[in-house]
Order: sequence, then C-alpha cells, then structure tokens
Amino acid sequence: MAPAVQSSMRNALPPPSERSTVLGWLRKNLFDGWFNSALTVVALGLILALLRPLFNWTFNTARWEVIPANINLIMRGQYPPEQAIRLWVVLFLLAFVIGFAWAANTKTIRGELITLFAIPLLLMLVPFFDGGIRLNLLIIEAAGLVGYGIGRFVPEKRSNLGVWALLIYAVVMLVILRGGSGETGLWAGVPTNLWGGLLLSLLLAVFGIAISFPLGVLLALGRQSKLPAIRMVSVLYIEFIRGVPLISLLFMAQVMLQLFLPDGFPTIDRALRALAAVTLFSAAYTAENVRGGLQSIPKGQYEAADAMGLSTFQSMYFIILPQALRAVIPVLVGQFIGLFKDTSLVALVGLFDLLGIARTILGNPNWLGTHQEVYAFIGLLYWIFSYMMSYTSRRIEASLAVGTR
Amino acid sequence: MLKGKKVQTVALILSMVVGMVIAACLAPAAAPASTTAEEPAAPVAQTDAKSTLDIVKERGKIICVGNAVLPGFGFLDEAGVFTGFDVDYCKALAAAIFGDATKAEIRATTASERFTVLQSGEADVLIRNTTDTMSRETDLGMNFAPTTFYDGQGIMVHKDSSIVTLQDLNGASICVQTGTTTELNLADQMAAAGVSYEPVVFETADEVTTAYEEGRCDAWTTDKSGLVSRQTVMADPSAHEIMNVTLSKEPLGPAVRHGDDQWYDLVTWVVYATFTAEEMGITSANVDTFMDTEDPNIMKLLGLEGEFCSKVGLANDCFVQVIKQVGNYGEIYNKNLGPDTVFNLPRGLNSLYTEGGLLYAPPIR
Repeated sequence: MAPAVQSSMRNALPPPSERSTVLGWLRKNLFDGWFNSALTVVALGLILALLRPLFNWTFNTARWEVIPANINLIMRGQYPPEQAIRLWVVLFLLAFVIGFAWAANTKTIRGELITLFAIPLLLMLVPFFDGGIRLNLLIIEAAGLVGYGIGRFVPEKRSNLGVWALLIYAVVMLVILRGGSGETGLWAGVPTNLWGGLLLSLLLAVFGIAISFPLGVLLALGRQSKLPAIRMVSVLYIEFIRGVPLISLLFMAQVMLQLFLPDGFPTIDRALRALAAVTLFSAAYTAENVRGGLQSIPKGQYEAADAMGLSTFQSMYFIILPQALRAVIPVLVGQFIGLFKDTSLVALVGLFDLLGIARTILGNPNWLGTHQEVYAFIGLLYWIFSYMMSYTSRRIEASLAVGTR
Repeated sequence: MLKGKKVQTVALILSMVVGMVIAACLAPAAAPASTTAEEPAAPVAQTDAKSTLDIVKERGKIICVGNAVLPGFGFLDEAGVFTGFDVDYCKALAAAIFGDATKAEIRATTASERFTVLQSGEADVLIRNTTDTMSRETDLGMNFAPTTFYDGQGIMVHKDSSIVTLQDLNGASICVQTGTTTELNLADQMAAAGVSYEPVVFETADEVTTAYEEGRCDAWTTDKSGLVSRQTVMADPSAHEIMNVTLSKEPLGPAVRHGDDQWYDLVTWVVYATFTAEEMGITSANVDTFMDTEDPNIMKLLGLEGEFCSKVGLANDCFVQVIKQVGNYGEIYNKNLGPDTVFNLPRGLNSLYTEGGLLYAPPIR
C-alpha cells in the first residue's frame, strides 16, 4: 500500500535524513555539535565502565550450572519425578483449550496468538533441555493447533463455549494434578504439600485472581447497596482486610488457624490455606478498585437503565458493570500483577513456591554461595510472567478501545 | 444531627472492632524470632486419650517441624528430597516407629513459627536446629530430647588482621544477622568483656558474608558450624580464620510438647540409640553381622535380649531399623557435616565421651 501512495505523490520530499539512515540519526541526536559529542562519548564510557563488572560476572564468574541442575525443582518443586508426565498432560490440555477458546471467540488469527504459539518453539532452543522435553514441547504445539482447528467449527453465537472450556479445564487440571488416593502407579495421589516451584506460584496466582475477581465485584456492589446489613458487612470486610498486611493473614492461616480449630479436626491443606489468604486479601483490593469504576459512571446511566424498566441485576449486568470494569482495567491488572508477586510471601510460611525453592537450593551444600545466580533467574521468571500479564492487558485495552472514545 | 451521631457511633464501633482484630492478628506475626517470652505460652495439652504415638501410627507417617534453608541440616536436594542432619533424625524416628525411614514428612517453617506449629498439633516433633533453653522448656512447654549437635557462637576475622582475643576487637565493626539470638549474644558478651564495637546488621546470612568478604566489616559472627560452612565457599577460604572464642552455648536437639511422656521417651531413646550404636561400633553396613553377638549390651540395643523397644510402644527391632536405614551418630554426622561434605566440620564437642566429646548415652537395661 505504501509504494502506491508514494508513486501518486511525485513531488513529495525525501524523508528527513536523520530518520532514513542510522548515521543521520546518530548525527542528529548524539553528535550534534562538539559539546554534545563530548557528552555522548563521556556517557558511553561511563555506561561501559558500569556494565563491565556486570558482563564479567554474567559470562565469567557466575556459576550458572546451578540452574540446569535444579531446573526440575524450580519448575515443579517436590512433585514426584515419576509423575511429571501429568504436568505435561496438563500443559497439553492447556494448549488445546487456549487454541479452542481463541478460535471459538475470534475467527481470525491475531498477532498475540502467534506470539503464544511461538513460546514453546522458543523454549525448544534452551540449551540444557533434553530430547524428551523438546518432544513434549512439540506435542504442546500440536495440541494447540488441534484445539484451534476444532474451535473454528464453533458457530458464532456459541462463542462463550470457549469460556466454559477454560472453566472445565481449571477443574480437570486440579484433578489431574492431585490424582487418586493410591500411593503408586500413574494415578497416584500427589498431596499439595509436594506441589512447588513455578507450578505452585502460578496456581496460587491464577486461582487467586480468578476467585478474587468475582468476589471483589460482589463486595464493591455490596458496598454500594442500599441494604444496610449488606453494606455494613462489605465495608467491614474491606476495611478489615485492607488494614492488615498480607503476611499476617498468611501467618494466621498457616500457624494460628490450627490452634483455633477443635481437637481432632482434620488439618486443612496448607496450599489451600495460603490460596484462601491470598484470595481474601486480593478481593478487598479488587472491590475498592471496582468501586472506583462504579463511581465514575454518570448518574444518568443508572437513571436511563431504570427508565428502560431494567431490573437492578439487568442494569448492573448490561449497563453499569461493562463500563465500570472497562474503566479500571489498568488498575486491576496492576493489582493482579502485584498479587502474583505477593504469592512469594508464602515462602515465609514454609511453602515451596518459586522463592521458597530458591531459598532451599541455597541451603544445598553443593550450591552454597550461588544466591546471585539463583535470585537473578527467579527474578527473570517473575519478570517474564508479570510482563506477559501487562502485555495482555494492553492488548485487551486496545481491543476494547479504552481511551480512544 | 441525629444521622451524624449515628454515623459517628458506627464509625467508632467499626474502628474498635477492626483495631481489636488487627491486634489479634498481628500479635503472632510481630513477635520477633529471638524473644521467646512473647510467644504463646500455652501449648495444646493432649486432653484426649489418644497419645502422640497413636496419632502418628494412625496417620501412617511422622511429621517433623524442620528447616529447609540451612546447609547441612535441612534442605531439598536436586531431586526434591529432604536431606540433612536434622532430617536424618526425623527419618530415624520414622524408621523406629514404622520400620521405614521414608515415612517421615518435613513441615518446613521459619524460626519464628516453629514452636506454634508444634504446639498446634500439626507436627509431632520439632527438629530444626533449635537451641535448648530454660525459657523454651518452661514458657513454651517444650521437652528437649538429648542434644544432637553442640554448637556455639564464634567470630570469623581476616587472617591478616592480627585480631586474636575479644579485646582486640575494640572499635572494630562486626557484621551480624539481625533479629537473631546471635545479635543479642554478641552485645551481651562484648558488654561483659568491656569491648566497644560497631554492629553492622543485615537481614540474611548471604548478605552478612558478602559484606564481610567485601571488607565492610572487620569480623562477622554466627554459630561456629555456620562459620565453617560459609568459609568453605568464600573466594579465598585461607584468608580467614575462626577466633578461638565461644560466645554462647547452643545445644541443638529435638523437642516435643509437654504432656506425653511416652512420646518424649521414644524420641529420647532413639537419639540415645544412635550414640550407643557408634560407641559399640555398629554401623548401617555391619549391623547384620552383630545379630549373633554374645555381648549383652549389644543384644539389648538390637532387641535380641529383653523387650526394650516395646517399653516405648514399638516393635522389638526398632533400634536395628534406625541403624540399618539411617545409621549411627557418626554416620549421620559424617554424611551431612563431616569429611564427606564440603564443610568438613571437626567433631569437637560432638565426639563420644570416650573421645573427649559430650555424647554420653545412658545404658539400655
């Protein structure tokens, strides 16, 4: 398209030189006169001098072999190696469901989907992965494609099938991970205290977000309710939770809860207790964020909905919430990214999430003194997932065209 | 007017309730690791008839409060299996009770929550490099089994610093981990010796050692076992030395709740059995060759004479299983801290009494 436009404008000026060539750009921006040239050289020298030790450490000093040696621990914690195939099955299904849901909702391929499908292919390039892992990554790729292929046959008006598929997947995944009650065999039970590493961090974050979001919306609506009992309970809950640090909730759940329960009461699963604490904590913040959105909706919208004869539920569901939630997407995503990183606090109450695993690797005499390497790698993992969330939210905002209307 | 008053009352009640709940919540979390007096004093008494041993047998595994981040004592190895000195004592208990050392589960905790987890009944025994002190035995309602590791706080200095005695440290900066008994011991001992110093505190052991190696402090202090293990991984281990002073006594051992004497006896005698086995030269490798022994002391240990294991509610070969599956004290020590490891920690006080140490097990009879 661009050449066609250009050819029609015969008298158009050539593009400015600083934009057309690297050299031009450099001259305009970095070597504009003797003073700026000197500044550039000095600044460049400073940056190099500062980065040199970092490069030296990264490529010469650092003992990166600690990462491949412990990669299974970092990824899945104490999840038994002989059951690792179940984690792969969970990933196969995930790729399938994502492909399916995507195709069911939008009939065109978008850039994001291609990005998603590039991830397993990129992972195949990781040098220390063996053939088995690479094969499994290929199967993930294939499962995604199959899911996409099937999803294309979903009729337009059934597009919410994709959402249902995701919900069903969440339950199936937990069942596969937990397994039966046996001690051996392919379907052996794997108690949640063996779930760890990235697996535990992601599960805590995903389920924390998925459960706290509806809870938070309900609380926000409750706080606006005209019924005093509901309003009071919502306000009490929100203000109580927001007044307490997350770590104290986690301590309560992990340590104190068992003291309060009657004797002989079965011990509640520890991962579940942590999830409950994270979820309840996040719900209160979600509620306040959503309330901000609700209050940004002009009164006219409520009145118009009333005038049309919509019930309270209908006006909320069709008129108010879609506008309110769209307005607070950036805040909510910011909060969910915070939640994901906050899950690292469970390491302090003895669960082996990413951070907990990092700390125990540092307790291994074979890897004493590798804390810089291990923490750098864990930090990179956190960054990758946080950035993915932030990227996704920007795409969602763009597709809903917030801020351009 | 009336409405305003109502709002005020509601707000007042609200803030009071919230304040109270917050206070209740924060109390356990806020108690620093070192002050034991503030921790909840009342342990859960075993009011029901079920003994700890019954509960453990019913559950099919023993749960030990443990450490997951201490080199040599408790950590996950590359395959995700708990390993370490303290972990081996948990395995020894499992071997004694079930005849299967794998029936041990470690409940990893931080230093501050370890006692509460034991008190709440979520775990059966505390084996987490825990120092036996009077206030822990009384205020916290713990019974400590025999000490399995005699530690003591030491100080490491640069070899070329010519610091030999505590007095040489006058005016020196000393790196120390914050919120630990180590920090308090240092202050006490230095005050007693009349030496003024500048404490440089850090949150983690890694930060402390990094700062010391970078020369930000003249010395650093922690338990001697920790000093030795850290020295092995320093850039130049030979440039540092551990001063010949001990600032504190740190006898580390397993602890159980008050109120179940049979369980306390069981834990105590499993520990003693590992001492006795080393004393008699019985190891995991050669235990089978002792099965036709004529020595009455060995016969009692191995359950060939008398019914000693059944006195604590176990099968008669309970100590045989401990020795066979986990080993005697020397084996446990060497495997985790001794010459087979990067620590190569000298036995010192942790030798048998026959070799000048403190390990002295009463006789089984």
